[in-house]
Amino acid sequence: MAAKTLYEKVWDDHVVRRGGDEPDLLYIDLHLVHEVTSPQAFESLLLQGRTVRRPDLTLATVDHGVPTEGRSLGIRDPLSRTQIETLVRNCERHGITLFGIDDPRQGIVHVIGPEQGVTQPGMTIVCGDSHTSTHGAFGALAFGIGTSEVEHVLATQTLPQAKPKSMAITVDGALPTGVTAKDVILGIIARIGVDGGVGYVVEYRGSAIEALSMEGRMTICNMSIEGGARAGMIAPDETTFAYLEGRNHAPRGAEWDEAVAYWRTLPTDPGAEFDRYVDIAAADLAPYVSWGTNPAQTLPVTAVIPSPDDFTDALERDATERALHYMDLAPGTPITDIEIDRVFFGSCTNARIEDLRAGAALLRGKKVHPDVSAMVVPGSGLVKLQAEEEGLDRIFKEAGFEWRDAGCSMCLGMNPDILSPGERCASTSNRNFEGRQGRGGRTHLVSPQMAVAAAVEGRFVDVRSWM
Amino acid sequence: MGFRVRPVTVIQGKMAPLPRANVDTDQIIPKQFLKRVERTGFGPFLFYDWALDEEGEPRPDFVLNRPEYADALVLVSGPNFGSGSSREHAPWALEDRGFEAVIAPSFADIFRSNCHKIGLLPVVLSEAEVAELTRIAQDPENEVVIDLETHTVAAGEFKASFEIDPFVEYCLRNGLDHIALSLQHAEAIDAFEATRPGFKPSLA
Repeated sequence: MAAKTLYEKVWDDHVVRRGGDEPDLLYIDLHLVHEVTSPQAFESLLLQGRTVRRPDLTLATVDHGVPTEGRSLGIRDPLSRTQIETLVRNCERHGITLFGIDDPRQGIVHVIGPEQGVTQPGMTIVCGDSHTSTHGAFGALAFGIGTSEVEHVLATQTLPQAKPKSMAITVDGALPTGVTAKDVILGIIARIGVDGGVGYVVEYRGSAIEALSMEGRMTICNMSIEGGARAGMIAPDETTFAYLEGRNHAPRGAEWDEAVAYWRTLPTDPGAEFDRYVDIAAADLAPYVSWGTNPAQTLPVTAVIPSPDDFTDALERDATERALHYMDLAPGTPITDIEIDRVFFGSCTNARIEDLRAGAALLRGKKVHPDVSAMVVPGSGLVKLQAEEEGLDRIFKEAGFEWRDAGCSMCLGMNPDILSPGERCASTSNRNFEGRQGRGGRTHLVSPQMAVAAAVEGRFVDVRSWM
Repeated sequence: MGFRVRPVTVIQGKMAPLPRANVDTDQIIPKQFLKRVERTGFGPFLFYDWALDEEGEPRPDFVLNRPEYADALVLVSGPNFGSGSSREHAPWALEDRGFEAVIAPSFADIFRSNCHKIGLLPVVLSEAEVAELTRIAQDPENEVVIDLETHTVAAGEFKASFEIDPFVEYCLRNGLDHIALSLQHAEAIDAFEATRPGFKPSLA
């Protein structure tokens, strides 16, 4: 049998109908749904007289538009309220499990799937959200889709898909002190560019990846889309199985053994070939800070802000000029001279329990800088509860962080948590696009540790100097 | 009736040049407009933060605010157009504003797929060809003709050809309902489902 990659194995195991005049029709094992990209899909389904084929393979929650404080007062934004009520109605009508705003399991859709154990190796997982790539950390093929495709999956539990190419990104060696999973993926994107992965499914491999926890692997796969990739995957191993065992929807007893036996067959075979290879030495990575308005405009914290003159390509020069203007930064400025106004600790990239533990460990006994306003938004209600059981909330609150309820929050600012024009934010999220966190707001992407250090110092600092 | 895809054959009309790289879907349609539960009506919010200043006044230099480009059918932009969020609201907004095609050196995967589903045509040309079309589009009176049958783009002396997946082309030209196509394979879906291992998770 020909040697196959992890990606090819998962793909092949889900082909309902192969090729011919049409693209492969893939079966979808899990469809995650949230309030923002689903209402038009449900409406169209109804108008066409179609039903939800597999409500039992569909899980919904509210995350994008939910407020992160004062929930007992209800949702004040009438549009967000309508959107959330619409999802509640649609789930009731079609018998879909919903973790609603009052459910302790509510949270960011890409945090709750793994947390509940519904994200497992070898699955196909889709959601009307580009950060669905997160679930690839388990060795699942997981990708974001648009609303028309949401409707398609609701109606058929399948998606016709042209097969993307494959890319191996190998990170070998031990990560240097102070370099986190977030820095690994920022370093990768800085190297391949925001379109380096377009048309590819990436498999992250190498000893640095294998050494990561599931939380770290999720952070890396999460930002695959920021490098343009269709999906990111990591081979399942003992770390994966240990994370899953005993979770709500993980298999039990004989089924667990059967599942693990299957999962062990999934890693890429020796000799299997990829369409493209990228090799990175872990020792070359550093704590990163994005300086511009796309995630590839990222540099080590020890660097200085670049100049448009550093680029020969006209579009790149223009993009650099526009980014510097929007970010109000001058070429040659050391990144450690950049002062910040806000810290956002949250998002599907970095709001899991391990992120909160890492942040709290660094923050213990310190205070947020008087000119900085900082907030923690846990990734789910259960992450929040766990953190409170461990006393992490006290560390954050005593330092001066606000301690909020779970949701996407200021990662995209669809709820009331937004930057004011001109405000500069150190953010553990995934996108630094113009206006992403609020019109005129300036986002710098960093790791949880770098965000905490910046909160304390009021400017970016090399977190390695704290260690 | 639900949303129906309009068949695409020949697109002929004016071009609007937007020569920027990595135009992301947060720029095409900012988040505050994603709270609507309707499928239409996103056009007025297209490129909102680029089109309007802090006071909500139109910026006269933004290309889509210039009256001579008001009826453009084709947007000509830079590489990696539509990157970022999967929001289908981005192609909906372009379509609602009257655009029928976008020409760029490359497109983000999800955006391109979303365009295919709604009958908005993404056309990939080389960087040099897009640069030339951008130059031609500086005169708003110049028209472009995109022919999906012959896979060609023409504007005066300018001629270029583009590639497109045959199945995508077939669907676009016939305005096909993708869901109905998959439902024709209902027996295959049933058969596949019968073989799924019992350990796969279920919310039931």
